[in-house]
Amino acid sequence: MNRQTSAIRVFLFACLALFAAGRAYAAGEPAPPPLPLMPPTDVRAFDTPSDGGGSITIEFGPSPDEAAPNDPVVSYAVERAACKPEKFSFTGATSARLLAPRRRARETPALTIVDSDTQDGADYFYRVVAVARSGRRSDPVAIGPVQSKAQWFAVNKLNLLCLGAIVSLAIVFFIEAIRRGKKPFIRKIAGLDAVDEAIGRATEMGRPILFVPGINDMNDVQTVAAVIILGRIARTIAEYDTRLMMPNTRSLVMVAARETVKEAYTAVGRPDSYTDEMITYLTDEQLGYAAGVTGMMLREKPATCFYLGGFYAESLILAEAGNSIGAIQIAGTANPDQLPFFVAACDYTLLGEELFAASAYLSNEPKQLGSLKGQDVGKAIAMLVILIGTAVETAATLANSDLLQRIADFIHGLFRVAA
Amino acid sequence: MLTRSVPILITFVVGVVLVVSFFIPHQPFGKLGEDFSVFFDIIASFAFFLGGGNLVRIHLETVGKRKPGWGYSGITLVSFFVTLFIGFSKIGNPWGIQGDLSEYGSPFYVIYESIFTPASATMYALLAFYVASASYRAFRAKNLEATVLLIAAFVILLGRTFVGAVLTAWLPDSLAFLRIPNLANWILVTPNLSGQRAIMIGISLGIISTSLKLILGIERSYLGGDGE
Repeated sequence: MNRQTSAIRVFLFACLALFAAGRAYAAGEPAPPPLPLMPPTDVRAFDTPSDGGGSITIEFGPSPDEAAPNDPVVSYAVERAACKPEKFSFTGATSARLLAPRRRARETPALTIVDSDTQDGADYFYRVVAVARSGRRSDPVAIGPVQSKAQWFAVNKLNLLCLGAIVSLAIVFFIEAIRRGKKPFIRKIAGLDAVDEAIGRATEMGRPILFVPGINDMNDVQTVAAVIILGRIARTIAEYDTRLMMPNTRSLVMVAARETVKEAYTAVGRPDSYTDEMITYLTDEQLGYAAGVTGMMLREKPATCFYLGGFYAESLILAEAGNSIGAIQIAGTANPDQLPFFVAACDYTLLGEELFAASAYLSNEPKQLGSLKGQDVGKAIAMLVILIGTAVETAATLANSDLLQRIADFIHGLFRVAA
Repeated sequence: MLTRSVPILITFVVGVVLVVSFFIPHQPFGKLGEDFSVFFDIIASFAFFLGGGNLVRIHLETVGKRKPGWGYSGITLVSFFVTLFIGFSKIGNPWGIQGDLSEYGSPFYVIYESIFTPASATMYALLAFYVASASYRAFRAKNLEATVLLIAAFVILLGRTFVGAVLTAWLPDSLAFLRIPNLANWILVTPNLSGQRAIMIGISLGIISTSLKLILGIERSYLGGDGE
């Protein structure tokens, strides 16, 4: 009986309490204070790896309150104190990733802030605070002391070192093998086979040859490749005693090209035929240069035009001007965006790597041809890895297998280029 | 002998040091790449005098000998010297000699904005016509490859306009991939990007090969001969 009475009393008390709470809410009384914001998790601070010092990386996992329906965490602030864990000042902030809940459960992405204003060897203390949309802040998570230091080897570039070493060794190996008499098979490159014919055509027509080395300076490998090819072509031009025109957009390219062409003319026994007027400077301005070269083309009507090097928007202006005067045109660039224009407007186009292979191809020397075979090894590796990577990635997706996904990520990581 | 061996030695040393500095972040290697870049800029700025001198010499000769088109050379010379003088002296600059070279309202600003920029824009605008004429030649269905190119180009052109969206908007969601804008996007990000990446891989290998040949002195044709 007593028990029944007690139970009834508790029930009545609960009803009254609920009723009172409902009345208070309806009357607009302040709601109880919200629960404190959850701070970020797994906070770590460490010397930034593979760098030259002066940098500390702060890494942390997302706050569980990123998923809160009301007032979620939207950003994180990192504060720093030097020497002692006091007098913290703002160092940086990052936005919350706000991932979909399903994705958040599968992968817990680390958020990072890099403090790149540290003195090597000095102690630093950090604390990380989660900030909600309303501006509420979580309790800070402190960490430290941490020191930055310079590394002697960039471990994150180890993959590049290995790949570069494999390709380089392959190149050196094939150079040696071909030097010892092994006959290599070299694929025909139509654009390079046509060089002699193009120069001969200009000679027969009594018209000049135009060589445009692109608009980049000598610190671009495309320009270096263009000047190397110019050295080969200049020999034939000198032998045929044809006039060469080479307007430049960079003074340094002009100087380098003059030396190269002068040496080529000397090498074939025609030093007197060379003049500095063959290789001139126009302007550094891209479109001014295009206008100048186009004007030269329309006035001088060269029979053959070479466009080899780094090109941008001016590529089509030049190639179409050359097409309008009926010149035979051979182009080559490593800028993939400009290749379609050259393919559309020129007779022959060297696609990407062919620009770099041109010198070896034209020289026909064993030690040069060996480098082409070495490149082929690199291509074979690339093809193999692409095939394996595609197969593993596809299988991982179809089978929803974590193991296969890890293998796919590992393969992908092998070719990831560090900043 | 020295004219060949010295440049080859310099190329070898600089090449090896730059490769090493890429993998060693510690000083003094870490900033060598930046330092060499500054050295290059200094050398290039000296070479600019050679370029400017060459420009003046050639056009003076054309004007002096009254060669065909000498009037244009005259205009080039006048433009060159007037711009150079105004640039150096900062004549008419609202803030005087200490003002910024391209200060709003200065004669240099006027030259740049009223002459140079419109002239450049005119050259750039010519591209529209050149793209049309080059496309016309490239897209003629002469063979199978050209026909595929024509179809792909047609889909992309259509997919980038509202007409493409309107034409296939009636397709149900289950066939959304056949809508022209989606097809255009697929062509761009799948076959086109794959082709571009293949070219990029080849280019990277070509750059490694060329650099190696230069560093090891195997490639010497930039010196005018092979030195054999």
